[in-house]
Amino acid sequence: MPSAQQLKRRIKSVDNTAKITKAMSMIAASKMSRAQQMALQSRPYSERMVSLLSDLAAQPQFEDDPHPLLTVRNISKIGVIVITPDRGLTGGLNTGVNRFAAQHILNSGHQAEVVTVGKKARDFFARTSNLKAVFTEIGDRPSPDVVIPIAKVMVDEYIAGNIDAVYVVYSKYINTTVQKPELITILPVQPAVLDQKDRVGYIYEPDSREVLNELVPRYIEMEIYHSILESVASEQSARMVAMRNATDNAIEMKSDLTLEMNKVRQESITSELLDIVGGVAAVEA
Amino acid sequence: MSIMRLEIVTAEKIIYSDEVSSVVAPGTAGQLGILPNHAPLLTSLKPGELRILKEDKEVNIAVSGGFLEVLQNVVTVLADTAERAEDIDVERAQDALKRAQDKVNSSDSDLDLERAIQSLKRSQARVYVSKRKRSSASRTKVK
Repeated sequence: MPSAQQLKRRIKSVDNTAKITKAMSMIAASKMSRAQQMALQSRPYSERMVSLLSDLAAQPQFEDDPHPLLTVRNISKIGVIVITPDRGLTGGLNTGVNRFAAQHILNSGHQAEVVTVGKKARDFFARTSNLKAVFTEIGDRPSPDVVIPIAKVMVDEYIAGNIDAVYVVYSKYINTTVQKPELITILPVQPAVLDQKDRVGYIYEPDSREVLNELVPRYIEMEIYHSILESVASEQSARMVAMRNATDNAIEMKSDLTLEMNKVRQESITSELLDIVGGVAAVEA
Repeated sequence: MSIMRLEIVTAEKIIYSDEVSSVVAPGTAGQLGILPNHAPLLTSLKPGELRILKEDKEVNIAVSGGFLEVLQNVVTVLADTAERAEDIDVERAQDALKRAQDKVNSSDSDLDLERAIQSLKRSQARVYVSKRKRSSASRTKVK
């Protein structure tokens, strides 16, 4: 049985932990709302981009001579971009994403070139796969510029014919408590197929091929950027929930320990009293 | 006077959204002016100045490239980056321009040169637009 003094020290330490986890949970909550807002604000851009690309790719002249990044090839080697946070304390989020990505690579039966974004993905895949490139310290408020080198690594490999498909694995933000690992295909680019009546028939300047050449790389960058934003929102909400649970547990532990401490103290008082009473009785006898 | 809707969006957020009467944009094939009821159009943009006329006021925005789409009287600019003239810090823009110029002069590989020229063009556009802000501001004072 620990002494009252020892229990008191433990209560103090548990109490401090609860304070820290509570602060972390509150910080994560505020970062989460900002991350959500960023994801929301980037939506008009991505929506227009998607519809422009579909319209453009449906142009008849591309049927015979499609854009290299839109051409579907036989797959012999794949590329995977894995996006995780830099930091832990996010419950099962990081392991979930890494396992999901590893599983996908195994199931595909192909060799994979891996590009990691975030330290947790790097640490996981450094052991098992050959890393093509590593990006870390993206931060809580990524600017669209951060994706340019990420996209470039994969696009170059794809154009060179070293890989025949590129996937992005990230954590999709569903709601505060649910985040799900998600896989999207970014190369070859697969624009939505439009019905004849949905086509607009734009005037293209300088011409449709030039515009397509400009549009496709930006489309890929936009897709990766969007995945990163989702991943940041997931990270913060996962951390918020994990830290809130930790705080709850610490508070529960504190009340258990307090109860135990009171018991120990009471017992020691009782036994001291007994000693005194016994001592007095012995003297009087 | 007929009007059309103009939206300038970047990957980060909506920069501008309003009813306007004309837009002059730096297309890759040359400057182009858009008036209300323009036919559907999609063009890529080069770094430069976007001039927006709303009633009698002119708004200047520096864009670093992107696309401009016209559809059903709505003009959408998908910009890589976009800044309103009054948001540009003139001194910093000029510093960036100088740095870009140095880089163009000192690059040895073709790839570096290509990038340096791109960033030079972007810096030039920003400085140009930020200076316009001053001249147009003084003009309104004269009025």
